[in-house]
Amino acid sequence: MTGNDLPALSIAELQSLLRRREVSPRDVISALRQRIEAIDPDVAAYLSLDFDTADKESENANVDLPLGGIPIAVKDIINVIGQPCTCASKILNGYRAPYDATVVQKLRAAGAIPFGKTNLDEFAMGSSTENSALKSTRNPWDLSRVPGGSSGGSAAAVAADEAFGALGSDTGGSIRQPAALCGVVGLKPTYGRVSRFGLVAFASSLDQIGPVTKTVRDAALIMSAVAGHDPQDSTSLNEPVPDYVGHLGNSLRGVRLGVPKEYMIEGIDPQVRAAIEAALKQLNSLGAEIVEVSLPSTEYGVAVYYIIATAEASANLARFDGVRYGYRAENPKDVLDLYGRTREEGFGPEVKRRIILGTYVLSTGYYDAYYLRAQKVRELIRRDFASVFEKVDALISPTSPVAAFKLGERVADPLQMYLADVFTIAANLVGICGISIPCGFTDLDGHHLPIGLQLLGKPLDEARILQVAHAYEQSTDWHKARPPIAANVPKQ
Amino acid sequence: MAGSSDLNVAYVARLARINLTEDEAKTFQKQLDDVLKYVEKLRQLDVTGVEVAAHALPVFNVFRDDVPRGWFTAEQALSNAPRQENGLFVVPKVVE
Repeated sequence: MTGNDLPALSIAELQSLLRRREVSPRDVISALRQRIEAIDPDVAAYLSLDFDTADKESENANVDLPLGGIPIAVKDIINVIGQPCTCASKILNGYRAPYDATVVQKLRAAGAIPFGKTNLDEFAMGSSTENSALKSTRNPWDLSRVPGGSSGGSAAAVAADEAFGALGSDTGGSIRQPAALCGVVGLKPTYGRVSRFGLVAFASSLDQIGPVTKTVRDAALIMSAVAGHDPQDSTSLNEPVPDYVGHLGNSLRGVRLGVPKEYMIEGIDPQVRAAIEAALKQLNSLGAEIVEVSLPSTEYGVAVYYIIATAEASANLARFDGVRYGYRAENPKDVLDLYGRTREEGFGPEVKRRIILGTYVLSTGYYDAYYLRAQKVRELIRRDFASVFEKVDALISPTSPVAAFKLGERVADPLQMYLADVFTIAANLVGICGISIPCGFTDLDGHHLPIGLQLLGKPLDEARILQVAHAYEQSTDWHKARPPIAANVPKQ
Repeated sequence: MAGSSDLNVAYVARLARINLTEDEAKTFQKQLDDVLKYVEKLRQLDVTGVEVAAHALPVFNVFRDDVPRGWFTAEQALSNAPRQENGLFVVPKVVE
């Protein structure tokens, strides 16, 4: 194994090499650095890198810890002490995190090395990473296409072997959708399973941090490290963390999987539909029983989401006022001018649009018609899921109705962009867990673009969706495919 | 400036303390009118008697013991301040 081959390894593979002392944590950091320097100018997954600190940390790494010596990339909306946390926004220009998020503390306690921050849609608002105010991340499978979003930097970095694994955050699909579009694994845990302390809040009742990885086993490894109760997050669940890795490999015999008929709609790309249908057959041949189920309130999900998420965002983003951190407008004539111009100059268009919409749906005279009604419909959606989960162990759908779209294709029409989240949004509204795994490729203008299969599980049933995802993954070769840019790195 | 919905972007932007150029207000007005038209579909549903959604898993009041613990020093809290003086954040004069 040469340094050139190291970045292609999964976390589990790297872990065993490190433990056999065949490579050192320092070799790993140096190989990763070379890889990033070779291809990140094209992929643009990272916003900042701190290899000097990572080098020092690698010297003291204890490889016998669960993630000992493994570098993990972190979405740039999660605080890592001493590093920038831009949220891909100009308004946090110059900010350096004075503390570690709980997930980062937990990663460090497991021996991992947080070495770099990945690009995202500004404040995680978007589905293509094009709303980043700092740079435009490319899909490693086709550099003219988007990586998905909002955790597009994390997904692109993992897909291009520029990271062994990464953390993302998911408010309406922001881990699962970019994982699908980049051909990697992305898990959104149950609301409250992973602490949000140190995650810059977008929509507090929907946000969850989760792993983006090359394999299902790697997702289970990161989950085992970051899940658990945190007294610093009052919505964190005080429930025992199961052995996620230990459940992998169990047979699918007797497992019941539901296909929501409202999810197999017109508008799904025919190649995506064919891949999902083939995956259902495959799961069936592995012993799972496939049944059709119904989630009647599905068509209201996107509308409910864009009321609740924007309402919460308008409150959360009030803290960016130019007073305590980040950007401040020059020479304000009074305090209102300070706020108004700081926010005008600091926020990008999508963030402004959402704050305005959120302020409106919470304002006097409109609160009942929009916000309160949306919360009630959210409850109807929750009941749909509670009722189907009495009949099945998990649900299956495409993660995204289409494969990666072209950069610029949807920017002008926010509503079309919002509708791309139709299959992922409900899991956040209802608080359940979900995972996206690779299940095939479309063939478009000679480019192969990954397709994602989504599994949704009951609250706190991450072990089950990981088990099903692992069984499917291990019976296929999709996760072994590498995008051309990662497969063809020049030898040094 | 009003569009097809009740939303007046210029007015709400002032409430949200975001200055907008006229062009920006015009673009947002059209885009948000479209979004509000789309969310009209929520009116089709009968929500009489529906309690507002709780979390997927019931979490009620969370209490902790009221004991002192370590937190930022003043220096850390000010480490990102755009302007500071004498251990304080500096802002334009608020009261005359």
